Amino acid sequence: MTQQTEPAAPAQAAPPATATAPAPVVEMRGISIGFPGVKALDGVDFRMFPGEVHSLMGENGAGKSTLIKALTGVYGIDAGTITLAGEQVSFSGPAQAQAAGISTVYQEVNLLPNLSVAENIMLGREPHRFGGIDWRAMRRRSAELLAGLGLDVDPGSLLGDHSLAVQQLIAIARAIDVNAKVLILDEPTSSLDADEVAELFRVIRSLKGQGVAILFVSHFLDQVYEICDRLTVLRNGQLVGEYLVDELLRIDLVQKMIGKELTALDDLEHRAHAAVVDETDAATFVTATKLGRRGAINPADLPIAVGEVVGLAGLLGSGRTEFARLLGGIDRADTGELTIQGENVKLRTPRQAISKRIAFSSENRRDEGIVGELTVRDNIVLALQADRGWARPIPKKKQDELAQSYIQALNIRPGNPDALVRNLSGGNQQKVLLARWLAIAPRLLILDEPTRGIDIGAKAEIQKLVFNLAENGMSVLFISAELEEVLRLSHRVVVLRDRNVVADLENDGLTVDSLLALIADGRVASDDEALDERAPAVAVAAVGSGAGPEASAPTTPTTSTTEGDHS
Amino acid sequence: MSALAKMASSRLFWPVVMLLVLFAINLVAFPGFFEITVRDGQLFGSLIDILRNGAPTLIIAVGMTLVIATRGIDLSVGAVAAISGAVACSIILGSPDPGSLATVAVAVTVALLISLVLGVWNGFLVAVLGIQPIIATLILMTAGRGVAMLITEGQILTVNSPPFKFLGSGFWLGVPIAVIIAAVVFGLAALLTRRTALGMFIESVGINPEASRQAGVRARGLLFAVYTFCALCAAIAGLILTANTAAADANNTGLFIELDAILAVVIGGTSLAGGRYSLVGTLVGALVIQTLVTTVYTVGIPPIATMVFKAAVVTIVCLLQSPTTAEALSGFRRRLAVRSGKGVAAS
Repeated sequence: MTQQTEPAAPAQAAPPATATAPAPVVEMRGISIGFPGVKALDGVDFRMFPGEVHSLMGENGAGKSTLIKALTGVYGIDAGTITLAGEQVSFSGPAQAQAAGISTVYQEVNLLPNLSVAENIMLGREPHRFGGIDWRAMRRRSAELLAGLGLDVDPGSLLGDHSLAVQQLIAIARAIDVNAKVLILDEPTSSLDADEVAELFRVIRSLKGQGVAILFVSHFLDQVYEICDRLTVLRNGQLVGEYLVDELLRIDLVQKMIGKELTALDDLEHRAHAAVVDETDAATFVTATKLGRRGAINPADLPIAVGEVVGLAGLLGSGRTEFARLLGGIDRADTGELTIQGENVKLRTPRQAISKRIAFSSENRRDEGIVGELTVRDNIVLALQADRGWARPIPKKKQDELAQSYIQALNIRPGNPDALVRNLSGGNQQKVLLARWLAIAPRLLILDEPTRGIDIGAKAEIQKLVFNLAENGMSVLFISAELEEVLRLSHRVVVLRDRNVVADLENDGLTVDSLLALIADGRVASDDEALDERAPAVAVAAVGSGAGPEASAPTTPTTSTTEGDHS
Repeated sequence: MSALAKMASSRLFWPVVMLLVLFAINLVAFPGFFEITVRDGQLFGSLIDILRNGAPTLIIAVGMTLVIATRGIDLSVGAVAAISGAVACSIILGSPDPGSLATVAVAVTVALLISLVLGVWNGFLVAVLGIQPIIATLILMTAGRGVAMLITEGQILTVNSPPFKFLGSGFWLGVPIAVIIAAVVFGLAALLTRRTALGMFIESVGINPEASRQAGVRARGLLFAVYTFCALCAAIAGLILTANTAAADANNTGLFIELDAILAVVIGGTSLAGGRYSLVGTLVGALVIQTLVTTVYTVGIPPIATMVFKAAVVTIVCLLQSPTTAEALSGFRRRLAVRSGKGVAAS
């Protein structure tokens, strides 16, 4: 394995096969950026070749975003040089960088949903004619761009009418209109399902063929390995190295990102099953019977036992989030019944669910989760305080104790309860949210995509937490787009497709492939063991021993959560 | 240096500086500006005048602060003030004994109760029907004057009732009643929101309504509460204004006071985008506005230039508070800190 911690020697790193030009289009040398009290980047070198897909890897806080912002002119650099196509450049703002050919598409699509697709693509550089906007030229140019990307989208349609995935592709069309030499895609796939990712990759490959250098930033290792030619690893603001993707094993990559052996997850699988064996009484905490909501999820059944982790698997729009929202009282069910510990209840508001000790942690961290301008402390106590009512404030001292204990238990950084949550990284915001829900001592914790868009270290910590909670008798409903994660954590997996529950299976020798098959065509692998009948103790005991072979091979990189054979 | 930097980064820094500058200007133009004398056991002086005349604006601004913190706005406060004045005056006029304390008590109580209804109406439009606050309260802003007009039957109702007049121009322990009422409203609001969890909920709903709902905060009830409280504040201010002139004028009582109140809130550092609010900031903001009015007189600015002068001052405060200026200033401060930090390291 060639390991180039000295990227200053480009001769050794053979450019990817598809790339023809040997000279890098972007070369950043010795980049340093400091913020008060922090050195965000410390002498980092980075380069990109034309016609390659490059990935920037690192945990949250490694300096990825800072490096991107230095490249796109958002931040000024304290030291170092940036060379673009052989010329040294110094951008004083994103507009300059864009004019020079560096375009960025951010994780959240920053477009205007109330304008047409064409207007969005051409916004700020509309073609003019007779002192007015030349609408026809604008539409024609947009149509060309969309066709160039192989997208069948009417330029006159409203942007907001399209799915998030299509909006993202339109954002890319906008970005490449300015003759981009470099296209930066920041977490472009975090809210896309498999088909949409495939579509995005098709577009990326076609751009790559046109000689565009693409920086692909993603937390999904699978995708990085599928699409990228080369990657650069950062850690704590410093360069770890630049590698060819083909020559770096995933487990090595993860270790380079984390900087230590990550064994935390290795033993989780076995502990999961052990926990269920204890649960002989199998008391049911909550039962949904024919629970449904028009236009969201068709009537479905779901029992969840005390201390059980149930995974919901399915594509985006399969009804997985919609179903969970009914259980969390976020949306009202219009059919069916919900029983909590034998008592029939109707959840009309999240507040009622919380009073029944059901906590719902939304997948949409920014819009439905954190309260950004409030402090870490306020965010942690918010749900507990709301449950107590406004007239019984939690004493300041108690709040501090609570915040401090969760900051320590969940390893929230920075560990300052007075910090504004807005300023925390994604992973730490997610931990603050978890702390908020744990503070109400839930009996059922519904986690919708809790590990999305966060780094692998925080991901491991959150997965571990889910285990410990379930061991202590908390029921967990766990939703994740990463099937490996669902399989690793869940005692039972419920598969949804097209707003229907299509399977309810013990996690008994299930594989990613068998789940994928269910998600894809909705056929239940073996009808006997599915749906109605649940015989946890026996079935799971079998799993316990069945896990043996896996256990004997601890070198299996369970750490790379996206390690799967479906790529 | 660090203490100064900390002070300078406080949201209250510029409003307070503004207020001090205005005080200084007044002092130059009128050396007796800070003098407070006791006449007939009552306090007199420019500062007392500022407090007394600023009381109605402050009272409304307190309510407005909470509304704005929820990401809302209430344009109807002036109209509500006019209605409450009209209601009180027409009750007093219609009673056989306008000078009795009981009559005034009934009049004030009815006026305040009606304001509660008006506040609930605003809250209903915003919280239940989901109408944008600026539109929802615009309805009452325009309709309210009409309602007040109907109550006064188009007349300016002049009342001769000493107990009522006392509300606007009386003194207690030497302090103007209006100031005492304002202090009580301010203190109650501060206690009610900061000693309970209300303040946190209000901010939370203002910053992220959906996240707050999912965390179990009763956003709807909270909106009802703040709009109702704001209307109540407006009614109290309306009673003071009406009592001060002993006349209810449907057209002019509390005219444009909503703008002064919003201005006071903004000068005090509470963002119109909702979220974190500062009642102390609002207090400073209201004082700045009232001191400005006084300054116009003491400095002798011609009345026709008054509005322009006020606009200029407001522009300066807003400029000082804009994020761009703040960034530039903090950059300057950082460079300063780096330099002094180096100095420390070297020594």
